Amino acid sequence: MSQDKKRDLKKVGRRDDAAATPNPEVLEKGKKIKENIDKLLDEIDEVLEENAEEFVKNYVQKGGE
Amino acid sequence: MMPPRIFGLENEYGLIFSPNGRVYLPMEKILGYIFEGLIPNSWPSNAFLSNGARFYQDTGCHPEYSTPECDRLRDLVIHDKAGERLLETCLPMAEKRLREEGLVGDIYIFKNNTDSMGNTYGCHENYLMRRDLDFWKITEQLIPFFVTRQVFTGAGKVLKVSGRTHFFLSQRAQHIHEKTSSSTTSSRSIINTRDEPHADAEKYRRLHIIVGDSNMSELTTYLKVGTTAVVLSMIEEGFTVKGMELEDPVKAIRDISRDPTLKKRVRLEDGRELTALEIQMTYYERAEAYLSALGTSADETTRDLIEYWGHVLQTLATNPMKLAQELDWVIKKNMMDSFTARKNCGWDDPRIALMDLQYHDVKRNRGLYYLLERQDLVERLATEDEIQRAMTIPPQSTRAKVRGDFIKFAKEKNRSYTVDWTYLKLNGYWEETILCMDPFASSNKRVEELIAGVAVSHR
Repeated sequence: MSQDKKRDLKKVGRRDDAAATPNPEVLEKGKKIKENIDKLLDEIDEVLEENAEEFVKNYVQKGGE
Repeated sequence: MMPPRIFGLENEYGLIFSPNGRVYLPMEKILGYIFEGLIPNSWPSNAFLSNGARFYQDTGCHPEYSTPECDRLRDLVIHDKAGERLLETCLPMAEKRLREEGLVGDIYIFKNNTDSMGNTYGCHENYLMRRDLDFWKITEQLIPFFVTRQVFTGAGKVLKVSGRTHFFLSQRAQHIHEKTSSSTTSSRSIINTRDEPHADAEKYRRLHIIVGDSNMSELTTYLKVGTTAVVLSMIEEGFTVKGMELEDPVKAIRDISRDPTLKKRVRLEDGRELTALEIQMTYYERAEAYLSALGTSADETTRDLIEYWGHVLQTLATNPMKLAQELDWVIKKNMMDSFTARKNCGWDDPRIALMDLQYHDVKRNRGLYYLLERQDLVERLATEDEIQRAMTIPPQSTRAKVRGDFIKFAKEKNRSYTVDWTYLKLNGYWEETILCMDPFASSNKRVEELIAGVAVSHR
């Protein structure tokens, strides 16, 4: 039960890390994010639809509620 | 203790078929094939599923998924995601059906709120609220909250305005025309007055909010529904918010959306000019006072939610980009900023508009939100296992459990049935409608008897 309760929450611990003055762990995390973003940008062209302009232009819906 | 509350989300999804070659294909047909995947044996285009949710065809041919009624925030986040997964699951089969007719191409389903022509479709939030309080007095206090919460709930939108491309906080903000209204299509409002509580109408009414964006980020959904539920509870409990009335809420919501630096000031009725964050801070401080009044009786989720809300507001005030793993608009903008820097292109590059759309693709090997997730660039609240389970299993603490168990049973017995939010009926020889008016009741004696009775008679 108590474990269930814990999992009910957004993890507060991570936020405490970020709020304090930069420590090695936070800097490490920042570096990791930067690396991951770089990886993402390497991959993104493969994932993005070809012919961006045409694809977006064709995306037309009827209005919903 | 904070009073218990039922809430639910309705998402209208964008749907398009991109054929290899030029063909005309009515969207109704594609939607029909998607339905077949969800509800075999061609049921009518409005159906409840065994997880207690409802799936149906909305105005304008959008697939719409209503989560089952939840009373726990975490359940709602999970069930909202389960809706995405259910639709994603239907794609291969629907595409196969089209191929059999000689139509080769891909179906796209977007969890967003705008197309390229300026049409909009919504993400509606529903909160059960007490009937005995003055609805108009409460909504007056809620409107400044709804106008300004987009600083953390917005899903981000790239839009060209008089020849220049801008980044907006919210998908939906530019489509809002009124403060309150009974219509959801002709004049979209901040608060919609639709009042179908799906519960004892003497005790409850419904708060129907159509101003919000659909969210990809689990944490953003957590904040969006959580802060709204807390603000509603505190106002109901007498922690009112005074003096925040805006001179022109509709103009304010658009102006705030246009400024991702969050510096824009909007005018209040009393003549003061405040930023969205300052107005949010006022609500947050009231919520903190409410929390200390609750004392030890406050549940952990409420505590965590309010603390997280405060943290997010503080961070938005100092460095919003620090939230680039948590809030949709920041995640999206950070990705686009990185992209324009790396590719050395401008905001008017067509790929930016494409990214704005593809961020919301529910197909996980194609959608950009999910690409970010795979690279560990977004924080999550739920586990994938929980989401997969929620595709078939209802929340265990509300009426959705009664409905879900009933549907599962009827399907196993291959019996036809009729179901709505407040009643269930097994069609045929023992035709008896069972009313389930209490959304907090997760068990129903008559349904249990019915299930036991039918089970016996089939032996």
